[in-house]
Amino acid sequence: MTTGSAAAPAVLPGGRRRSARTYLLETRAQFLSVWRRPAFSVPTLAFPLMFYLFFGIVMPSSGFSAAAPTYLLATYGVFAVLGPSLFGFGVGLAADRDTGALALKRTTPMPAAAYFFARVATAALFGVILVAGLFLLGAYGGGVALHRGQWFALAGAILVGVVPFSALGLWIGAWVKAQAAVAIVNVVFLPMALLSGLWFPITMFPEALQAFAGFFPAYHLSQLALKTIALDLGHPALYHLLVLAGETAFFLAMAVRGYRRFAG
Amino acid sequence: MATRPILARLEGAEHRYGKTQALAGLDLEVRAGEVLAVLGPNGAGKTTAIRLLLGDLRIQSGRVRVFDLPPDAPEVRTRRGAMLQTSGVPDMLTVAEHLELFRAYYPAPLPSSRLSAMAGLDALGGRRFAHLSGGQKQRLFFALALAGDPELVFLDEPTAGLDLEGRLSLWEEIRRLREAGRTAVLTTHYLEEADALADRVVVIQNGAAIAEGTPAEIKSRAGGRLIRAHTRIGEDEAASLDGVVRVTRRGRQLEVLTSRPEAALRKMFALDPELDDLTVVGAGLEEAFLVLTDANGSSGGNGE
Repeated sequence: MTTGSAAAPAVLPGGRRRSARTYLLETRAQFLSVWRRPAFSVPTLAFPLMFYLFFGIVMPSSGFSAAAPTYLLATYGVFAVLGPSLFGFGVGLAADRDTGALALKRTTPMPAAAYFFARVATAALFGVILVAGLFLLGAYGGGVALHRGQWFALAGAILVGVVPFSALGLWIGAWVKAQAAVAIVNVVFLPMALLSGLWFPITMFPEALQAFAGFFPAYHLSQLALKTIALDLGHPALYHLLVLAGETAFFLAMAVRGYRRFAG
Repeated sequence: MATRPILARLEGAEHRYGKTQALAGLDLEVRAGEVLAVLGPNGAGKTTAIRLLLGDLRIQSGRVRVFDLPPDAPEVRTRRGAMLQTSGVPDMLTVAEHLELFRAYYPAPLPSSRLSAMAGLDALGGRRFAHLSGGQKQRLFFALALAGDPELVFLDEPTAGLDLEGRLSLWEEIRRLREAGRTAVLTTHYLEEADALADRVVVIQNGAAIAEGTPAEIKSRAGGRLIRAHTRIGEDEAASLDGVVRVTRRGRQLEVLTSRPEAALRKMFALDPELDDLTVVGAGLEEAFLVLTDANGSSGGNGE
């Protein structure tokens, strides 16, 4: 018997099309496995919309600042992308590692980038759904009036958040076990949202706390988003972008270290 | 058989996890078209050997080659498949979705319908992974290992944790794989599994190969014989006879597994002249395995 030997077909026809299909199917698989888990998808989608409805529209109409629905549209938008990014990587990656799903994929020719792309794209898809929902609430419920360019700029700034938040989630997911990941993510998620001024304007905080907010990526992203509607604190956009880029790089470096530790 | 090309090999593979030596110079060759069983007790180094061959662990000393390439080369990944001992896939996706996703990873995948049929998943396409039984999950992992139409498949304890029915059904799939000319490396500590499926068996213990051959050769090399007789010889007494590895009593019947049956029998007749209902049969693979590992453990050298 002379079955296949070491001489193999070196050229893989249709490689690029196959690769695009891999990215697409990997993203679909990722999105569906999150979407079909109501314990995750329902709160992720419902909470930002509910919070904005109460704190941004219903409460301010009884005597708060008239700008509140507009201001909080930006910060709840940031809050909305924070959740899916942090949970998608923090909990999702830890779970895939602990169940052996990641090990199984590593035996295949799947490009590692497809896996990470799929998670970022899933977070971005959730982000798009939430931003659309918030904008509809803001425009029709809160009387938020923006130019067309501002709507797009605001949506764009909010969705940029998927990148640093995913990197932060990746760091958490690379270091902790799946059972602990949900708790750790919540410990990061909720205080950071509050202290970055996503729920209430940062200017309502004591000055010491305001300075503290400068550590959080969510604060810098919310300032970028607020800048598109001219309600930010006035630092240059470049400053916030640089801090976000630096923090993203730091999160990724820590994630790689954590991942190596597990790969042993 | 020996002229078949070698698809994968380990040469003098050593591996340590901290202070524990998992592999101590293991040599292993996988030849095209064969089902090779890597057989050994828990902790013998089977899974470590597979992980080295998969490129999942980096070899610390020695050499590992698959298709004459490093085991983690992209080309190697497209030509082999693997079923891991502990693996998972996302719970909320259906069998059909998992198959479609894994097929997309490969340049020339098998059709989904063929994979479903090969793994006995035909009626389960729409079922989510979370709702599959243990046996169905293993069959899905088997199908995923075959998604890319691989020349070489690694199956790390594929039937661990399955009930009898699940095991037999997976055995059937592995046999069909072999009939289709694929090469498979199977680790197991179920001895009858190696006997039923493998063309060749490598017995490993303490991280090194102690015997190699067809299941029949392993049995004869071990030279083990099962002596059964009705006798009043005590179990302790029997255990001290020549070459005895194991003694079992079932009522009046005493069963003695020995590598030196003639000498043992002479003593047994001397001890109990009324001994009757005597049978002597060649040992099964399970007994051969005991003889091999016992000889290896007591002499510290090779079992031969």
